[in-house]
Amino acid sequence: MYAQLVDTGAKRVQSLEELSPEDRAFQERIDAGVKIEAKDPMPESYRRTLVRQISQHAHSEIVGMLPEGNWITRAPTLKRKAILLAKVQDEGGHGLYLYSAAETLGVSRDQMIADLHAGKAKYSSIFNYPTLSWADVGCIGWLVDGAAIINQIPLCRCSYGPYARAMVRVCKEESFHQRQGYDIMLALARGTAEQKAMAQEAFNRWWWPALAMQGPPDKDSVHSAQSMAWKIKLFSNDELRQKWLDQTVPQAHYLGLTVPDPDLAWNDETGHWEHGPIDWDEFYRVIKGDGPCNRDRLRARVKAWEDGAWVREAAVAHAEKRAARERVKAA
Amino acid sequence: MGRQDALFEYLLRLGDSALVLAQRLGEWTGKAPIIEEDLATANTALDLIGQARMWLAYAGEVEGKGRDEDRLAFLRDASDFRNVLLVEQPNGNFADTIARQFYFDAWNVRALDALRGSTDARVADIAGKSLKEARYHFERSADWVVRLGDGTDESRAKMQAAIDDLWTYTGELFAADEVDRILAESGVGFDPGSLHAPWMDAVKQVLDEATLVAPAAGYMQRGGKQGVHTENLGYLLAEMQFLQRAYPGGQW
Ligand SMILES: [Fe+2]
Ligand SMILES: [Fe+2]
Ligand SMILES: [Fe+2]
Repeated sequence: MYAQLVDTGAKRVQSLEELSPEDRAFQERIDAGVKIEAKDPMPESYRRTLVRQISQHAHSEIVGMLPEGNWITRAPTLKRKAILLAKVQDEGGHGLYLYSAAETLGVSRDQMIADLHAGKAKYSSIFNYPTLSWADVGCIGWLVDGAAIINQIPLCRCSYGPYARAMVRVCKEESFHQRQGYDIMLALARGTAEQKAMAQEAFNRWWWPALAMQGPPDKDSVHSAQSMAWKIKLFSNDELRQKWLDQTVPQAHYLGLTVPDPDLAWNDETGHWEHGPIDWDEFYRVIKGDGPCNRDRLRARVKAWEDGAWVREAAVAHAEKRAARERVKAA
Repeated sequence: MGRQDALFEYLLRLGDSALVLAQRLGEWTGKAPIIEEDLATANTALDLIGQARMWLAYAGEVEGKGRDEDRLAFLRDASDFRNVLLVEQPNGNFADTIARQFYFDAWNVRALDALRGSTDARVADIAGKSLKEARYHFERSADWVVRLGDGTDESRAKMQAAIDDLWTYTGELFAADEVDRILAESGVGFDPGSLHAPWMDAVKQVLDEATLVAPAAGYMQRGGKQGVHTENLGYLLAEMQFLQRAYPGGQW
């Protein structure tokens, strides 16, 4: 979800018998529930896949600051402003934990950021949608952070130690994120007719992208199977989506919102909600760069980085001067 | 002017200055030179919003007309704002933002320290709660003045330009008017002029370490504390107050 379509380099999952002795030993450790640490031997494809997944996740946190950040200066009360600032600040912190986790695999933060800016690394499709009204901020917290929690709680048990530990720290903050979003929606739902309309309008726009964000259906996901064998993905896309749907539909009803899906139905036999067809063309289109905000998001990140170059250079230069003075003093 | 009216004005000055600066810092979200500074900027903004809320809530109580922190923040026009001109100046580049913060922090630390001894228990309490945060803000902004001043040629030039540029807005922090005098006399506030020398010492010490030149004394702009602002404030308020203005009476 925050990491979508992560390429594992595998066409299909190989059985234990087909693997080389080293890879087989590695897979057996994973199967036995052993945590892999940075210095442990690991197949190159496992390492590369993790770098892709964790860096995508980190980029999503950082790019994800932009749509909500868009409303910090316009939050309707001082309390909401403070809560939103704290929330967006948390997301930046998540980005930092995740970059650090990825760095344990031998890639630098600067390199990952360069890949993002060059368009080589992806981030979640969901952050390429705009925040047009205050209700969008509510929808992101409620729906997107809600989806993030469902995806990230299992990742606290993933096979790679540094990633699992980063996820534990991230998850501690996510429930506050979802609650503040839901709370914004609740205030709008109890508000004036205009506020209710604002909530419904934003919900209409976020529903389908949020439903799609866990990634394509299982039948179309070769890489998912390999990631699941490596235990860096614990549930399939469809399982995660189902959990999110079952959790979210009753909340939407409680808020008095109409789910913009005429096929949405409760299945008494399975005890699950069922949704209509997702427009996967749109999903792939947004991933490939033609979402409403892809260009703006990337441009904003690149601009921040380039505008800040002289500051980073100055910090390095100052640290070097200081170190040189210390050396003179010590001598 | 009566004591209550003066106290109300005084609390607005404190609250509005913190609020307007926080609003400016919020504009940096996602745009800082490095993620760590994005977080640190948000942190400072959060502290300042917290301080603003305490000052404004008390201001509303002192006024006694049923205005709470949000009605004061979102439903007053520019001429009713009492923040100093310094904090409403635009973010500019990172050096401009740091210079603005540095001048303000150097003052805020000393103002809050003075207000800790206020004869008004509520003022003393708010000041006491805010002082630790302000000290940390000053440490950070002073640190950046030094790093940018004593960094590269480019960063020194930018930092010096920012320090020079905003200098004209610092005098207002120390200029007393009737409100200041009434509050100083009753021991609720302090004489603003008394902070000038210690502020100047602290600023000069940091500029020195930063290999920067302290600006020469020059004309000092004023008017913010009395509600006559620069053109910048109107836009800032238009953005900040948009929802409350567009949807009057809504609960959020
Ligand atoms: Fe997130
Ligand atoms: Fe996050
Ligand atoms: Fe979050």
